[in-house]
Amino acid sequence: MSTSWFVVLSAFIFSIGAAGVLTRRSPLVILLCLELMLNAGNLALIAFSRMLGNSDGQIFALMVMVVAACEVVIGLGIIVGMFRRRLPIDVDEMSELRG
Amino acid sequence: MNATDFGWIVLACPLVGTAISALGWRVLPGRAPGYVGSLAILGSFLASLGMLQKLSDQPEEAKQLVGTAFTYIDTAGFAADLAILVDPLSVLMCLVVSGVSFLIHLYSIAYMTSDEGFARFFAYLNFFVFSMLLLVLAANFVLLIVGWAFVGAASYLLISFWYRRSTATGAGIKAFVINVIGDVGLVIGAFLLFEATGSLDYFGVFERAPEVFGENDPQLVAACLMILVGAFAKSAQLPLHTWLPDAMEGPTPVSALIHAATMVTAGVYLIARCFPLFELAPAAADVSAIIGTATLIFAASIAMAATDLKRVIAYSTMSQIGYMILGVSVAAYGAGLFHLMTHAFFKALLFMGAGSVIGAMSGIQSLDRMGGFRKAMPFTFITFTIGALALAAFPLTSGFFSKDEILAYTLNRGGFYIVLAVVGYIAALLTAFYSFRLVFRVFFGPPVPEARELEQGHMTHGAHANPATGEDEDTDVGFPGAEHHIAEREWAMKAAMGPLAVLALIAGVLGIPGVTDTLEHFLEPTFEESRFHAEVPSEGAEFTGLVAGGLFALVGIAAAYFYFLRDPARRVRTRERFGGLHRVLINKWYVDEIYDATIVRPAAAAGRFGRNVVESTFVQGVLVGGTVGIVRAGTSLARSIQNGEVRAYAALLLVGLACLVLYFLLVSS
Amino acid sequence: MIFEQILFFVAGIGAIAGALGVALLRNPFYSVLALVAHLVALAVLFLLLRADFLAAAQVVVYAGAVMVLYVFVVAYVGGTDEPLRPDSGGLLATLGPVFALALFLEISVAVLGSSLGALDSRGVEVGAGFGSPGEIGRLLLTKFLLPFEAASFLLLLAAVAAVLLARKRRGLEEPEARVPALSVSDVMKGSDPV
Repeated sequence: MSTSWFVVLSAFIFSIGAAGVLTRRSPLVILLCLELMLNAGNLALIAFSRMLGNSDGQIFALMVMVVAACEVVIGLGIIVGMFRRRLPIDVDEMSELRG
Repeated sequence: MNATDFGWIVLACPLVGTAISALGWRVLPGRAPGYVGSLAILGSFLASLGMLQKLSDQPEEAKQLVGTAFTYIDTAGFAADLAILVDPLSVLMCLVVSGVSFLIHLYSIAYMTSDEGFARFFAYLNFFVFSMLLLVLAANFVLLIVGWAFVGAASYLLISFWYRRSTATGAGIKAFVINVIGDVGLVIGAFLLFEATGSLDYFGVFERAPEVFGENDPQLVAACLMILVGAFAKSAQLPLHTWLPDAMEGPTPVSALIHAATMVTAGVYLIARCFPLFELAPAAADVSAIIGTATLIFAASIAMAATDLKRVIAYSTMSQIGYMILGVSVAAYGAGLFHLMTHAFFKALLFMGAGSVIGAMSGIQSLDRMGGFRKAMPFTFITFTIGALALAAFPLTSGFFSKDEILAYTLNRGGFYIVLAVVGYIAALLTAFYSFRLVFRVFFGPPVPEARELEQGHMTHGAHANPATGEDEDTDVGFPGAEHHIAEREWAMKAAMGPLAVLALIAGVLGIPGVTDTLEHFLEPTFEESRFHAEVPSEGAEFTGLVAGGLFALVGIAAAYFYFLRDPARRVRTRERFGGLHRVLINKWYVDEIYDATIVRPAAAAGRFGRNVVESTFVQGVLVGGTVGIVRAGTSLARSIQNGEVRAYAALLLVGLACLVLYFLLVSS
Repeated sequence: MIFEQILFFVAGIGAIAGALGVALLRNPFYSVLALVAHLVALAVLFLLLRADFLAAAQVVVYAGAVMVLYVFVVAYVGGTDEPLRPDSGGLLATLGPVFALALFLEISVAVLGSSLGALDSRGVEVGAGFGSPGEIGRLLLTKFLLPFEAASFLLLLAAVAAVLLARKRRGLEEPEARVPALSVSDVMKGSDPV
């Protein structure tokens, strides 16, 4: 149960989250997968913190959680706004960045 | 103040005059630009006198002074200074140029009074005088070429002065193109000299030339021939002469200044200045002599048949310059330059008189329409006749001493030069004939309507039209002014023509062989190293030459008298008898047509080919279109990434991240 | 030791299962629930790593508050079971997992193949207070005071933004029917009452 197990697990969860971001169409689910990736990062941070015996990693992970929370708030606010405007909740429909 | 300081003043005065006229024409009142310009040239003339004075104070050996303003270029292997050379030759040229220019400026104040471009005219004239003075005062080939080019530019500006006249602009372009051919020749010649001698200063080149070049060295001959190309283009000698008759499109003062007295003599000055090179390369000097002779007889023949008053005088200029070129090519430097000086006087006088007559004819220049102005325009008649006498080398006029001295020297050289001298004498006969052809046709015979009206005191006002093509014109800027001016009514014109007439008569006193060789002695410091310095014709030979020349002149005048005065019908009969020859002469020996067929049309066709084939298909299609196409394709490839789909962007992010991790993985392992 | 390893595997499998559920389940509501499970498993893993406070924070804040918010939104917005659209999404549907797999392989290789010896160990010996609330609190107020304040500022921003995003505005025109191209400004304008 060395640190490397935790890190590999974190990588696995991260890649699952990445795959989810790329393959899903609903922005809600994409945000959820984003959370997955953030949590994977947290796990890695805490694993390394344990390895080094330094609490800085845990503080970092705490900050990541704060940021994730804020991001969820804003993201969900946008989705609610989209819903209220009767716009389709579908990332494929949102192509205004088209060059 | 030493001589070179005066030299800088000589250059500065017309430059200041140009600046004032060109920049301040809106604020200068009325005829002020004319007075400003004339005063500037007067300043130059006085400064030239100062140069003369200072130079004569110098001891005999030190009569060639160089004044340097600053070092223009200084690199390894090549150095050129902004330097002027004050020596007898350049002082003589400065005096002639500034003196005659001053009188022509006076003349122009009256002649161009009603022209809308009055200030522009004087700005151009002053610029021209500045360029010409720069040319003759230059101490190295660099400044010479600068002056040479400026003179060409000024000539273009002045020939096409009435720029809304299409014939004038065409003539200006023709003159400029041929001048550029000369410029190229001069530059190449300078290159060849620099390559061999490593210097562009006159003294540097002339001192090193005998060490570097042998007699008739191919490179030296090539350099001299290139210099000759430049000289011939500027001096309107065969085959680069076609611009001079057309240059008569410019106003008459321009013809007087540029195409009689100054610019066309630049070629003569150049050959005289480079005399050490030409003496070291006799082949080139012989070429020059032959072409000078060919030109003088060629031009004299055309002048006998031409019908435009100014063009006849232009051809006579071409012919007389042929004499000068012959003179400096056979090492008769003093004689050639003496003829340059006297020619400046009487040719400018002739043009001024022609301007007066053309004014009386309200712009018409055709000889066929002129006649009998003797009573209506006495002053013009007298001065014109004096000029014609000098041109014909009537005994004891200035032209008599100068022209016949050249021919005497030519005979003295012996060998094939005798043939050239004989041709020169024949041409002298023709010269006398055609100069009095002009006098008799314009001033004698039954008066034409314009002359009769002028006798009553009333000047004709004809329609404003192009004298050559008859197109209608107005009198706004770009066309001649509304008023025409004749010498009898304008004090300025009289003030200009009077001194010139006097000089045309008495200037011969400077070069009476055996009695006063003033000019020869004056020029000696420049030319004393000539190897022909001692080959002076004996006094007896000179005297014989003078007598022969005088006889020819008298015979020519008499022939003209019989033809034009005693029996005018004989003229018509002769023309019909020699119809073919007459046609050839009227068409200027078809030289223009030959040039058009062999040079102009192929060049135009090549240009059209270039435009249609090379430009349209190759450059536009392949190069420009190809480049654009490639860029477009590349960018549309890059653009396709931005399709607006968020997931695609996210995918790109992830791929980038994966590549980054891969990179660090590979680097660290 | 053994207990820890068993716990590790159990929690690990739970985390992976939750993650897969989030990514693969069609109904968004089920995805949210799967994420909650994943978060709890992660909390267990944190405990294994002696990060007590963080485990508690994860459960209380993340799984407790953030996920509840998510549940509310999913219930409000709904979310249909949507299959991936074959035409535009098809390429990415196949390539997405491939990229992710590549990333995973790279990181694994990096971790397992590296010569970092420390990774193979359990870690240094840590004191009893490691990861306790007191320790975290001490650090937050001394060494990491600035990030702490910044984080609180960020939370304030998020709260204000949430209020802004959620408020209704009077007097807006009728929202149009479904249009293909959206703009963020459209979204920000809010809408008439449903």
